[in-house]
Amino acid sequence: MQMHDLPDARGHFGPYGGVFVAETLMAALDELKTAYLKLKDDPAFQAEFAYELKHYVGRPSPIYHARRWSDKLGGAQIYLKREDLNHTGAHKINNTIGQALLARHMGKKRVIAETGAGQHGVASATVAARYGMESVVYMGAEDVKRQAPNVFRMKLLGATVVPVESGSRTLKDALNEAMRDWVTNVESTFYILGTAAGPHPYPMLVRDFQCVIGNEAKVQMPELTGRQPDAVIACVGGGSNAIGLFHPYLEFEAVRLIGVEAGGRGIASGQHAAPLSAGTPGVLHGFRSYLMQDADGQIIETHSVSAGLDYPGVGPEHAWLKDTGRAEYVAVNDDEALAAFHDLCRYEGIIPALESSHALAYAAKLAPTLARDKILLVNLSGRGDKDINTVAQLAGISL
Amino acid sequence: MSRIAQKFAELKAQGRKALIPFITAGDPEPGLTVPLMHALVEGGADIIELGVPFSDPMADGPTIQRSSERALAHKVRLRDVIAMVARFRQTNAGTPVVLMGYANPIEAMGYELFCREARAAGVDGVLTVDYPPEEADAFTARLAEHELDPIFLFSPTTPESRLDAIARQARGFVYYVSLKGVTGAGHLDLAEVAAKLPRIRAHCNLPVGVGFGIRDAETAARVAELADAVVIGSRIVQEIEQSPRERVSDNVKQFVASVRAALDKRQAEVPS
Repeated sequence: MQMHDLPDARGHFGPYGGVFVAETLMAALDELKTAYLKLKDDPAFQAEFAYELKHYVGRPSPIYHARRWSDKLGGAQIYLKREDLNHTGAHKINNTIGQALLARHMGKKRVIAETGAGQHGVASATVAARYGMESVVYMGAEDVKRQAPNVFRMKLLGATVVPVESGSRTLKDALNEAMRDWVTNVESTFYILGTAAGPHPYPMLVRDFQCVIGNEAKVQMPELTGRQPDAVIACVGGGSNAIGLFHPYLEFEAVRLIGVEAGGRGIASGQHAAPLSAGTPGVLHGFRSYLMQDADGQIIETHSVSAGLDYPGVGPEHAWLKDTGRAEYVAVNDDEALAAFHDLCRYEGIIPALESSHALAYAAKLAPTLARDKILLVNLSGRGDKDINTVAQLAGISL
Repeated sequence: MSRIAQKFAELKAQGRKALIPFITAGDPEPGLTVPLMHALVEGGADIIELGVPFSDPMADGPTIQRSSERALAHKVRLRDVIAMVARFRQTNAGTPVVLMGYANPIEAMGYELFCREARAAGVDGVLTVDYPPEEADAFTARLAEHELDPIFLFSPTTPESRLDAIARQARGFVYYVSLKGVTGAGHLDLAEVAAKLPRIRAHCNLPVGVGFGIRDAETAARVAELADAVVIGSRIVQEIEQSPRERVSDNVKQFVASVRAALDKRQAEVPS
């Protein structure tokens, strides 16, 4: 089986992925898989999805040559895939449109979602409003505090936001709670999972919906530069923006795929969210992948300046791409991400999301080591307006 | 014959139904778990379900989540839970013990080491909430080599087409989750249970336990009219949570005894 044909029929990417959930959810996942496989190749469904992406999201998103920043770094040329220009300000909407359309075809009137930074929650609340569905968003109580503007945004869009007080009160706990809701309301409810993780078929269908990023880039880069980039770079939390860019590039063997995890206060400090860089395989949230866990298999608390990367697992396809060596995974620290955040503001007039700033930070490290004719394509997965409070606070400024 | 099979055979001969209480190992503190297990038996438990604490108990409601957090605050590991069973076995050779928990602590320990140590300690069955049969082949094969019973769940949403696949891997008994939702939620629908159990029995000749949503002796007794075993979890964990430390064992024993009495009274009235 070719790498880009994965997962197999039971949702495995090599030893990763699969369906590790309580019996109560098995039928719902099966129903979802059947519905998706039927619609996936249905031209009418694909046309509907494409229409929404064009007219509602504003796709295709442009690719922009960050020329001043590249000059300053003094090496490879950095190009940005502008997912930050999408409606709602991040790549998350690509997936929520796809899943909302699926929900509609399946006759589900209520949607639920988990969210970390709030981007996926906003994107879910948005599509729920767009298609006239009830929406409930679970968000760790810690993240509710960190991301107040997004909480209000979701409420404006008509969503009920439920702060989750259990565990570490972050994204993983929001996911647990969303799963609990789904188990309880499985017949009426569609769970819009926000990243390319969770039980099969989620890693597959989220990837498929996000592949619009890489599919566009594959056409845009030759138009703009006459060729494909030398490397594509994306931040990896759960890994949906990265897989959406990487997957279409799997066939170009000369293109390096580089995923950037959240190194937090440094891998050595233990306070990070980099399971591919420093974790071990295990089972969490319905799938097998690399996890941040202790020797006894308990999930450990993660740290990142960016709420959207603050997750102890990672999508199973990334785990497989790591093991096979097709993709490289690195980590950058909070400080490095913040420096890249400020650089992009000052040199390009673009305020990037703190998540995306991790990918930018690695590009800033890599570019100076490469010749000026080399090309790096960075996925600017979201805009940073939501992060200005966090950044101000770190600088000791209260807004 | 496994200790679980033997227990069900004995109960059947006596015309009684099994009472299976659940507690989380290490809750409220590690030193109380073995005394609590003995208290459960004294109260009338036939089989003990011992929860292995996990940081992300996705299928559990708030009560059992909190019990897991209390146990983890004491750093209770899977190995410690197995050691607790070994201590319980020093003075109880007859009551089957089923470990109930999530896949990851077992994955971290490794199948072989887990099975060997669990068996040596006197564990009888293992229920892993997030190992559906589709992902459990390798694990259940290893359990079987070590004569440990893999316990599987059926739920109200389990389609007819999956019943055989589950029944093929299950040993000891099967567990029917009597409501859609997490542990401790809502109230169970007796009519639904009554409708589903014959379907399960048509595909699976193991004893059927029913759990999730059983909160009092009366409901337990009514479920026992339909099932071979009654599983009570959150209600007992709540008793543990609300009792002063020195009263925990006595209060739990009293509650279990009240359920036992209701089951036996009902069985006496309605011979099966």
